[in-house]
Amino acid sequence: MDSNIIIKLNKVNFYYGQSRALTDITMNFRKNKVSALIGPSGCGKSTLLRLLNRMNDLIDGTRVEGEIIFEDKNIYAPHIDPVEIRRKIGMVFQKPNPFPKTIYNNIAYGPKLTSMNTDDLDALVEQSLKQAVLWDEVKDILNKSAMNLSGGQQQRLCIARALAMKPDILLMDEPTSALDPISTAKIEELIEELKKNYTIIIVTHNMQQAARISDETAFFYLGNLVEYNKTEKIFTNPDVKHTEDYITGRFG
Amino acid sequence: MEDIMMKSFKNNSMKWRYFKQSLFFGTVRFSALIIVLALGGILFYIIVNGIGAISWDFITKPPTDSMTKGGIMPAILGTIYLTIGAIAIGLPLGIASAIYLTEYAKQGRVIRLIKVGINCLAGVPSVVFGLFGLGFFVIFLKFGSSILSGSLTLGFLILPTIIGAAEEALKAVPQTFREASLSLGVSKWQTTFRIVLPNALPGILTGSILGIGRAAGETAPIMFTAAAYFTTKLPGSIFDEVMALPYHIYVLATAGTNIEATRPIQFGTVLVLVAVVLSIDLIAIIIRSYMRKNKRW
Repeated sequence: MDSNIIIKLNKVNFYYGQSRALTDITMNFRKNKVSALIGPSGCGKSTLLRLLNRMNDLIDGTRVEGEIIFEDKNIYAPHIDPVEIRRKIGMVFQKPNPFPKTIYNNIAYGPKLTSMNTDDLDALVEQSLKQAVLWDEVKDILNKSAMNLSGGQQQRLCIARALAMKPDILLMDEPTSALDPISTAKIEELIEELKKNYTIIIVTHNMQQAARISDETAFFYLGNLVEYNKTEKIFTNPDVKHTEDYITGRFG
Repeated sequence: MEDIMMKSFKNNSMKWRYFKQSLFFGTVRFSALIIVLALGGILFYIIVNGIGAISWDFITKPPTDSMTKGGIMPAILGTIYLTIGAIAIGLPLGIASAIYLTEYAKQGRVIRLIKVGINCLAGVPSVVFGLFGLGFFVIFLKFGSSILSGSLTLGFLILPTIIGAAEEALKAVPQTFREASLSLGVSKWQTTFRIVLPNALPGILTGSILGIGRAAGETAPIMFTAAAYFTTKLPGSIFDEVMALPYHIYVLATAGTNIEATRPIQFGTVLVLVAVVLSIDLIAIIIRSYMRKNKRW
């Protein structure tokens, strides 16, 4: 496997009960890049994202075919523990979902419970919050409830919470769709910063966002991967007519 | 001309609507009033008739003179023991069942059947629980008529209430909390115990209060399994029989040595029972409000 590739999908099909949500997806995500998944609602992009850290396991009656290779192993092989996978592949959700705990405990929760090396939990909390560019805003209120933060701050807290696990990949499911433009800009800057150390795969409905922050873009339609290319290419001169129609707003 | 007609038509229809609204609100208010009056009436009647019997001796001394005089202390203690026992058995078992049903079990026909079964259990007459307790705990398991048998019987009696309350409370915990925790690589049972359960506990307690009140007030389940007709001895272990307030009232009112003469004591005992149930509820409410302080979402 090419050392620049961190996760690899090979002929992946996904079913909700009888209905197929993803058809024969084969694609490689590259290390330390931001990859954006775009496409109209219901095209399967969020489903694909949630496949990568086995979050779809939580839904009864789903089925996966094909393989997803991460660290030379198929993460859907029977002996693989999804909990282990999720430690290495973190996730940030559409709506900020901090726990009803203090800011400090939101960050410390994962490392404490997963027997990570937590000699210096305080330092880990500080480091994670700094990485998420939230430290200066919350350093004096670490023992206050995270529910009192603004939406944008809560989302950055959720990013810090995911980073505290020191994942290899960070999955983001429309992380700014519930936020105002200023908070969105902050998170986009943050993503720019984070890609130095992490691989980021982001689902977005906002095409300008995909164009601004991603290195590579995949366009999905009705469960099929239509085109997967460098972002520049997708937004200036896509190979597939369908992609161009979507990006220029002719449908979707 | 037409304008004026329109106006008067409109006015009429507004009046009619206003009338309908007051009629409806009136009916609703009246229903609420009836309930409050009924509750207030019962409480008032009990207090007026019972307050005379209440004294320090009444609540701290055992009965004397074939239960026509003296106090009801053994019955108060017995009811408190039995209620605590019922909670100690019903609450953990009920919460555990609800966690299994909502968090772990694969939703399907079997689970639906189990849930129907639990709801049926809630409707089973309490005397049936009493007979079950007699047959199973008292005779088969040889626990005898004791606090243990009575607590187990009452625990099972309130189990459906607690399971129902716990299920609702667990379902009310946002799915996003579970997802957030699992996405961090935290295991399912840790997620359940660290995130889901703490956030569901206030709701579980709210529902359980109903069950607790029922456990304290039931007569039929304990008359075969725990309650003594008369004893001045206080229980030394969970294998001892106890007096209990509901059963004591039943005995005084139907089978006592002198039913008419003990009327004041009967009312006094009823008043104490109501007070004991309300105090247990109050404790649960205080615990709940304490737990709710930091749980806002």
